[in-house]
Amino acid sequence: MKYYIFFAVMFLFSVQIQAQKIAVYDNYAALEKAVLSDTNTTYVVNFWATWCAPCVKELPHFEQLNAENKKVKVVLVSLDFKNQYEAKLLPFLKKKAIKSEVVLLTDKDYNTWLPTVDKDWSGSIPATLIIKNGKKVFVEKMFASYEELNQYVNSNIN
Amino acid sequence: MKKIASLLLFAAFVVTTAFTINAPTPYKIGDTATDFKLKSVDGKTYSMSDYKSAKGFIVVFTCNHCPFAVKYEDRINDLAKKYKSKGYILLAINPNDPAVQAEDSFELMKVRAKEKGFAFPYLFDEGQKIYPQYGATKTPHAFLLDKNRVVKYIGAIDDNVDSAKDVKEKYLENAIAALESGKTPSPETTKAIGCTIKAKK
Repeated sequence: MKYYIFFAVMFLFSVQIQAQKIAVYDNYAALEKAVLSDTNTTYVVNFWATWCAPCVKELPHFEQLNAENKKVKVVLVSLDFKNQYEAKLLPFLKKKAIKSEVVLLTDKDYNTWLPTVDKDWSGSIPATLIIKNGKKVFVEKMFASYEELNQYVNSNIN
Repeated sequence: MKKIASLLLFAAFVVTTAFTINAPTPYKIGDTATDFKLKSVDGKTYSMSDYKSAKGFIVVFTCNHCPFAVKYEDRINDLAKKYKSKGYILLAINPNDPAVQAEDSFELMKVRAKEKGFAFPYLFDEGQKIYPQYGATKTPHAFLLDKNRVVKYIGAIDDNVDSAKDVKEKYLENAIAALESGKTPSPETTKAIGCTIKAKK
């Protein structure tokens, strides 16, 4: 009996760790290669941060998109500060029960990586990138509703 | 026929005007920036034309609430102090609509300026007329102008938001040094993450 409890606790503990672990990249090119490079997948990549109020506001729309629009995969690229990874980002993801894939990007060489996402991106967030067969569509704005986001995504992938 | 032509002309005029009001072209290097007359936390209004002997202007769009802007507060203050004596005037402008972002109200700007001992005019872009003309999109967003208000540098203050002591390239200061010695800043523009400017809905 003791063993069962022990294993149950161990199991729960490991699930907990699993749920909280997210990949961290200090280089956008590496992130792109690891997370956004499958040519059979259409990605909707949202650049956000827990400190960005409009980003947090539109996050549920991306969660809904990930759950309901089977043609796309949502990837949430967090630009949170590296030293707030454990204090802010992880508790936030847990509290909001975020199901989409989340990665943390800590690449500070903005002059290099921002233009590779889109040459006109000033760096303000929220911003959203759609990748389909290597083709990119980028927008620097906040989506006010799920319908607006879903319609925008569908009009760009069909 | 004449009626149709004039109608078309009118329509074209309306469309063009509407477009220009909604989306002015952001300033590029070499453009002449508009002057402004904005109120500061000290109750006075400020314009660049007030500074007759200035060698240049550092216009920084910043605000109270944005964590990126907050991380740069001390650095902006240091820049203002350091360059005032050299003839470069730093003017900070809060472009956000307090109806959208309550922390960026004029009253709270006063509070923040006092707390931090801001050594520069902290101006309020009331009615949001100025930031769209500059093409500022986020806070912080810095513009370096020469004494004739010609844009010489647009972008970030430096290359490390997290820690002032780990900065490798001081973009803005390098641009001022270039301006001082009559050279072209390199780079003339830089990119950085920031908080979207909160526009009136």
